[in-house]
Amino acid sequence: MCHTDYGAIVLECHFAPNETIIRKQFGMEKKLYQARSSDMTGSVRRGIMAALFMGLALSGCSTPGPGDVQPGGIYDPHEAVNRRNHELNRALDRALVRPAGKEYTKVVPEPVTMTVSNFASNLSLPGTVVNNLLQGDLKGAWVNSFRFSFNTVFGIGGLGDPAGDVGIYEQKADFGGTLAKWGVPEGAYVELPLLGPSTERDAVGKFVDLFTDPLSYVLPSPEKYYGTGTKVLSGLGSRGRYAETIDSILYDSADSYAQSRAIYLQNRRFELGGDAGSDYVDPYDDQSGGSDPYADPYADPYADPYAE
Amino acid sequence: MQTLTQTHMQTLTRNKRGLVGRLMAPIMALVMGVMIATSPAQALTDEGAKRLVDGIVGDINKVIAAPTSEGQKINDFQRIFNRYADVPTIARYTLGVDARRATPAQMKAFTDAFQIYVSRKYGKRFREFIGGKIEVQAARKVKNFHEVKTIAHLRGESPFEVTFLVSDRSGQPKFFNMFIEGVNMLLTERTEIGAMLDKRRGNIDQMIDDLRRLK
Repeated sequence: MCHTDYGAIVLECHFAPNETIIRKQFGMEKKLYQARSSDMTGSVRRGIMAALFMGLALSGCSTPGPGDVQPGGIYDPHEAVNRRNHELNRALDRALVRPAGKEYTKVVPEPVTMTVSNFASNLSLPGTVVNNLLQGDLKGAWVNSFRFSFNTVFGIGGLGDPAGDVGIYEQKADFGGTLAKWGVPEGAYVELPLLGPSTERDAVGKFVDLFTDPLSYVLPSPEKYYGTGTKVLSGLGSRGRYAETIDSILYDSADSYAQSRAIYLQNRRFELGGDAGSDYVDPYDDQSGGSDPYADPYADPYADPYAE
Repeated sequence: MQTLTQTHMQTLTRNKRGLVGRLMAPIMALVMGVMIATSPAQALTDEGAKRLVDGIVGDINKVIAAPTSEGQKINDFQRIFNRYADVPTIARYTLGVDARRATPAQMKAFTDAFQIYVSRKYGKRFREFIGGKIEVQAARKVKNFHEVKTIAHLRGESPFEVTFLVSDRSGQPKFFNMFIEGVNMLLTERTEIGAMLDKRRGNIDQMIDDLRRLK
């Protein structure tokens, strides 16, 4: 009953694209309180928490003033704190994640690690569909729903990826992307402890996505942690598999903080925006070495180089 | 009288033009010859750019599929990189404003060191592609160059985009930037080289030494 309500809220938000985000939040809360009067469950309570947190966090989203943005479209007012978190993350990786990842991919044969990562990725699809819908991407929602059913049925509960074999791939979406679609600015760059590079907008998205996964409301208690468990293993698998590339960023580069920041922002903007064409830099017209800030496609503080 | 003068003048003009024409013809031919010799034979087309990337991708796929050792593969990728990339332009761009104060000797030393560093680094990166394959999609003209999109299929992952930017302004069609899932080489390497320079307080020679020492 409440899951349907949640779906309705989700759709209502989607079909009111011209309202400001904050108004949407209030709309969402009102609806949730209505639900509370009839049948209050844990899931609704969690939804309210998410909405409240999001409202709070969004009102605290920083926007850059003139001159605050470095080349590369980097707005990083919290650099001192971020660098401390970066050192913490690096220490954690060196002591724990890196050795565990390398060991995992060394000991466990590849077909098994692949199966684990298939399973984790399949279980994350319902949450992705929610975000597809929130972004008004009906096609993506359909493709992901199809992929989920197909792999669950023919891939033995998602252990295999027969949908991928016939060219049906995940249409990525998360709540950070949903916020971007709704017009919320990226905010400052942040490096979160344990979770790594992010932006203010994506940090809120990551938190809300803890609540957008429908499976966590449907599945009984031990089963719903399978997803989380395999996701951790799948992450370790990637750490082991891409060890050299990740090592080269974290340990071989002159300034691993600046390097991860540049890479994260480029990749994330690409995921959210798509086409970069008109913003390409032309090194042949830039023989002086790019002293002209306007020659730098990432210099405009408000221009998201990959937007629209 | 009037007619006579007109005819006379026409003859004169004709003669003059003839004279100028006769003098100019070899000069023009010479100029044209020089232009043809120094400029690329033809302006690069979408097709030409796509052919270059077809070559890159063909070579990469061959290396991916070959039953060679990992070390051998990295060497092969380095060779591919050096053959198809406009390394001097990439090197100059990544040095940024500091390229202005660098002496020609420093520029040369930097370009050589950078070539080894970057081909090794991206050669390692391409190792992830082992067991997968890359497909060339479409080419289009953007600004003064051409964008060629490819799709990389890696085992156990959704396919993703690798884009090459191709230009013939170095004299030959070469690629000068590469985007792997939106992460571009020029910007990423400018960040890195900038950080290396900062570490040496802007001393270009020491930075080049550091770059050489990287494995």
